[in-house]
Amino acid sequence: MEAVRGLNLEVAVGECFGLLGPNGAGKTTTIEILEGLLTPTSGQVSILGMSWLKEPQEIRERIGISLQETKLSEKLTVMETVTLFRSFYRQGISPKEALMQVELMEKANALTGKLSGGQKQRLAVACALVGDPELLFLDEPTTGLDPQSRRQLWEIIRSLRGMGRTVLLTTHYMDEAERLCDRIAIVDHGQVIAEGTPRSLIASIGGEHVIECSLEAPHPEVDHAPLRQLPSVQSVRAEDGHLTLTVHAPHVAIPALLEYLDQHELRLTNLITRHASLEDVFVTLTGRHLRDEGNQAA
Amino acid sequence: MNLQTSESPKTAYPSASVQRYHPVWEITKARLREFLREPEAVFWVYGFPILMTLALGIAFREKGVEQFTVDIHAGPQAEELAQWLNQEPQRFKVQINDPSTYRQRLAENKTALVIIPASPSAESANLSLTFLYDQNRSESALAQQVVDDFLQRQKGRQDPIPTQQENFQQPGGRYIDFLIPGLLGMGLMGGGLWGVGFVTVDMRIRKLLKRFLATPMRRRDFLLALMISRFLFMIPEILILLTFAYFIFNVTIQGNLLLLTISIMIGAMAFAGLGLLVASRAKTIETVSGLMNLVMLPMWVLSGIFFSSDRFPEVAQPLIQALPLTVLNNVLRDIMNQGHTLAEIWPNLLILAAWGIVTFLIALRIFRWE
Repeated sequence: MEAVRGLNLEVAVGECFGLLGPNGAGKTTTIEILEGLLTPTSGQVSILGMSWLKEPQEIRERIGISLQETKLSEKLTVMETVTLFRSFYRQGISPKEALMQVELMEKANALTGKLSGGQKQRLAVACALVGDPELLFLDEPTTGLDPQSRRQLWEIIRSLRGMGRTVLLTTHYMDEAERLCDRIAIVDHGQVIAEGTPRSLIASIGGEHVIECSLEAPHPEVDHAPLRQLPSVQSVRAEDGHLTLTVHAPHVAIPALLEYLDQHELRLTNLITRHASLEDVFVTLTGRHLRDEGNQAA
Repeated sequence: MNLQTSESPKTAYPSASVQRYHPVWEITKARLREFLREPEAVFWVYGFPILMTLALGIAFREKGVEQFTVDIHAGPQAEELAQWLNQEPQRFKVQINDPSTYRQRLAENKTALVIIPASPSAESANLSLTFLYDQNRSESALAQQVVDDFLQRQKGRQDPIPTQQENFQQPGGRYIDFLIPGLLGMGLMGGGLWGVGFVTVDMRIRKLLKRFLATPMRRRDFLLALMISRFLFMIPEILILLTFAYFIFNVTIQGNLLLLTISIMIGAMAFAGLGLLVASRAKTIETVSGLMNLVMLPMWVLSGIFFSSDRFPEVAQPLIQALPLTVLNNVLRDIMNQGHTLAEIWPNLLILAAWGIVTFLIALRIFRWE
C-alpha cells in the first residue's frame, strides 16, 4: 500500500514545522517514517544528520515522540508513567521537570486513567520530553480536545520551541498550523502540494481577504467570469448559491459585487468578510475542504 | 521520498537529570503496580487457586470409614433388616421405601443399594434377599459386598480363613497430596500464559509497544522485565497455596525446599516463554484468548492435574509426557510427595528449561511490536 510518494521536506533546527492535511492524506505515515517506526520503500531520511539504517539507537536517544493514539497504562500515576519513560533514555530531564513543562505537576499522583483528554495529551508530551530531545514529533497533538485544552497545548508547544527544540507536528486544524508553525507543508493524497510560512502560503492564493456570501433561493447558475472581472477580485468559487471571493481590498470589491448582484436580480441573504486562512489555501489548491475530506477518508 | 532534518548543535537544557534509572527495574515496577491496582487480577491469581484447592480438598477428603446409604423394600421383613444394619450406624444409613421411591433414589444416585427381601411363600420359610443396584457403579458394588458380608455374619456365617485388616498410610499418599502439586502446576501454567500473554497483547492493542519501540528502550529489557515481573507475582501465589495446603490439609513437602523453589522457577519460565510465544503475533484479545485456551485445554485434561496422566492410552503417552505441564506436575510430585532429589529429576528439569528457552527465542524472533 502506498500512502506517500515523492515527498521532499527539510526541517530546520529550532523551527516548528507543521504537516497540514485532511485525515488520510499520509501525515501519520510520513511522521512514522521520520520516527523510524515505518521503513520507506525508497528514499532517504536524515534525522539530526543521522540515518535510521545506521544509527537507530542514537536517533531514538535524541528524539521525542507522541503518537496519535497511545493509551498509556491507566493504572500508573502520571509521575510513574513519566519516570518509566525517563528510564529508557541515557540522559534527560527529571520526570518532575517534564511535568512542570506541561503544567501537570498538580496531577503527578493521579492515575492516568482519571485524567481528562487534554491532560492525557499533555502527559504524552511529557513522555516525549523527558529524554530531553532535540527534535520532537507530535502526531495530531490536539485532535479531539476541547478549545481550552487545545490552547493550553499550543502554549506548551510554543514554549518548547522557545527553548530551542525543533518541533514537527501534524494537524488537520488549519488554525492550529497557522498559529503554531513557522513553516507548513500542506499534504494531500500523500504529496506535498504547498510549502512555506503560513503568511506566504496565504499570500500565494492572491488575496489576503475573503468575501463569502449566500444567495436567496431559487438561485440561477452564477457566471464566474464576470465576477472574476470585478475590481480587486483574485479568485471566485461558487457552490450551491454560496460565493467565495478572495480579494485584495474588500472596500473596493464589495460595492462592485453588490452592484453586480443587484443588476442580475440576485438577492443576498448573508455576507461576511474575513482574512484568508490556510483553509482557503487548501480549498484553492484542491477544490475540497479540509474537514469534508476528513470525514470521508477517516 | 526524501525527508531531512538538519544537524543541530547540542544545546544545554536546564539541569540535565543525574538520577540513574534502570529500564528493566522500572518496567518491572510498573508491571507490579498495574497488577496490584487491579483487584480482579489479584483475585484470579491468588484467591482463585485457594478456593479451588479448598473445594476439591473438601470434596475428596479422606473419610474415616466409608458410609453407605441403603434402601430397603417396604414389607414384612424390612423392619428386621433395618434393625440389623442400624447396629452399625456409622457404616450404614438405612431408609425403608416403596418401589417408586427407591427406584427414583437409585436413578438419582441418592442411594447406593436397595435390598428386597423375598416375599414369604409356602416353598421357603428361609429369608432370601435380592440386591438391586447399578453394577457399574463402584460405590454400589462395594456397598453390595459389605452389606451382604455383614448380614451373612449376623446370621452366623463362619469364615474358613481368619483375616485381619491393617491401615497403611504414607506421607504424600493421600489424594490431596496428589492434588496440591497438580494445582500448583496449573496455577503456574495459567499465571504464565495469562500474566505474560494477555498483558503483552493488551499493550500491543493500546499501541504502547509501538510507543516503547520509539524510545531507546532495548527490546530484550522489556521482555526480560515481563518475565521477572511474572516471577515476582508467582512467589506469593505459591507461598499462599503451600501454606494453605499445609495448615488446612496437612500437606507436607518431603523433598528439598530449595530444589522445589528452583523447579517452580524453571516451570514458571517455561510457561512465561509459552505465554510470550502465544502472544507474539496476536492483534486482538479474542485471538490471544483463543490461542491460550488452545494451548492450555489439552494440558488441563491430559497433564495430570486432577488424576494421573497414566490413565490415558499407551499410544498417547509419549505426547502427553512431553507436555510442559505433565513434566512440571511430575517434577512437583516427585519432590513434594516422593522426596526425590536432583539426581532423579534433572532430566525433567532440562525438558522444562528447554520449553522456556526455545519458546522465548522463537517469540523474540517473531514478535510483533505494533
